[in-house]
Amino acid sequence: MGIHFRKSRGIMQDFAHSFSLAFQLLWRFDPALGEIVFLSLRVTFAAVLIACVIGLPIGAALAILRFPGRGLFVVLFNTLMGLPPVVVGLLVYMLLSNAGPLGVLQLLYTPGAMIIAQAVLVTPIIVALTQQVLSDLNAEYADTFRSMVVPWHKAAVTLLWDARYALLTVVLAGFGRAIAEVGAVIIVGGNINHVTRVMTTAIALETSKGDLALALALGLVLLMIALAVNAAVMAVRASARRMAYA
Amino acid sequence: MLTRFFSASAAAVLALGVVATAPALADDDRFIIVQSTTSTQNSGLLDAILPQFKDKSGIEVRVVAVGTGQALKNARNGDGDVLLVHAKPAEEKFVADGFGVKRSDVMYNDFVIIGPKSDPAGIKGLSDAPLALRKIADSKAPFASRGDDSGTHKKERALWKMAEVDIGEASGSWYRETGSGMGATLNAAAGMGAYTMSDRATWIAFKNKGELAILTEGDDRLFNQYGVILVNPEKHAAVKKDDGQAFIDWLIGAEGQKAIAAYQVDGQQLFFPNATKETN
Repeated sequence: MGIHFRKSRGIMQDFAHSFSLAFQLLWRFDPALGEIVFLSLRVTFAAVLIACVIGLPIGAALAILRFPGRGLFVVLFNTLMGLPPVVVGLLVYMLLSNAGPLGVLQLLYTPGAMIIAQAVLVTPIIVALTQQVLSDLNAEYADTFRSMVVPWHKAAVTLLWDARYALLTVVLAGFGRAIAEVGAVIIVGGNINHVTRVMTTAIALETSKGDLALALALGLVLLMIALAVNAAVMAVRASARRMAYA
Repeated sequence: MLTRFFSASAAAVLALGVVATAPALADDDRFIIVQSTTSTQNSGLLDAILPQFKDKSGIEVRVVAVGTGQALKNARNGDGDVLLVHAKPAEEKFVADGFGVKRSDVMYNDFVIIGPKSDPAGIKGLSDAPLALRKIADSKAPFASRGDDSGTHKKERALWKMAEVDIGEASGSWYRETGSGMGATLNAAAGMGAYTMSDRATWIAFKNKGELAILTEGDDRLFNQYGVILVNPEKHAAVKKDDGQAFIDWLIGAEGQKAIAAYQVDGQQLFFPNATKETN
């Protein structure tokens, strides 16, 4: 990180020190840190985008359609919300390995592999929570849809649109899961400096070097970034609401 | 008006996503992937010498630093062009099994036995590693083992065998397998006041030493040899044979050996080059 301090400290000094270190890292805008932060956001935004493109329609379909085995799917997606990241990392590694079926894509140890792994982690969250949010709304709208003979995909668009503010929270839940996980990206990305090193893998690396203050400082920076993203989304939501009711 | 606002922002988000993903998928840089061990990375050695190789050759070296066991496994799957690890018998088996082209010595350092300064097992100053381990076992003082089939773990198990201590039986009591890398294991040892074994390079560069210190060192049996192997392109067509070989030639050649010798932390040399031209 380009910042070095005196060597031996106790745990409590480390703890106090990490706060000032975190602010210094942000204040100086350390370029090495900037690169890592940018990659973290790039990977997570792309993964959440992919998860939404796949997850929102599936969640809506599960909320509206009635078909045999639907309950099974709902339980399945709810269960998959608890997928251990390290297992996802292992599965994606086995797929993308040169010895695996998708080895020809040469995606292992690239940000692309990390995006895939995080998208796999986040999609079930988007599906399960979207299904929950839209089921409640669908119960309200069901009579109208029936009386107007609305086809299901049009009903889905209506529900997704009308629930857009609640769905923002769903997307943020997915974002939080992806930006904070380390188990999957460290396996498929390899934590390669300047290529696949993100905030969480950098934290793991500094911990293994015994630099606990720097590791915790990076954790605080990550928390502040997550705070900024959440605040930005909430601000957009609030101003959109004001416009809607103006 | 509102619809337009939302479609505009949706388009912006989409565009952002595409922009964000595109450079991730198209990568034309000239690079190789080296599967290596945590000690070469955590000690800072690779960060110090790899830029010198890149300046000379234009080849970027991307390092995946894992335990030697996992590095061998990943390379077996063809996920890497070069292996730089430290477990000679396992490396020779890797080549004999046809997964590697040839193994060359690169450098060495040594392992050290580390423990709390209070030293309840009384091993301070010993230069007989198996004897030190036997004393730790007799005192039942906690010992943190890597437990991850890494090069260090393989060496540690060999030393327990020489000490005639059955660690399988002690596992879970005083013998604690962390199943993690060297740094995490040192953190655990610092946390519970345990003995452990580390390569000297990782120990010197480690920052959370706490109450731990080197207690036993200088036994020939603590020798730690690093080797480099080109992954066999005949097994995996994706292996970048020429660029990988160029890196190996540099590493075991005069320039690489000099760069290794020049790397110091706190005035101490961490790795000692010992490549020979007629490699085995």
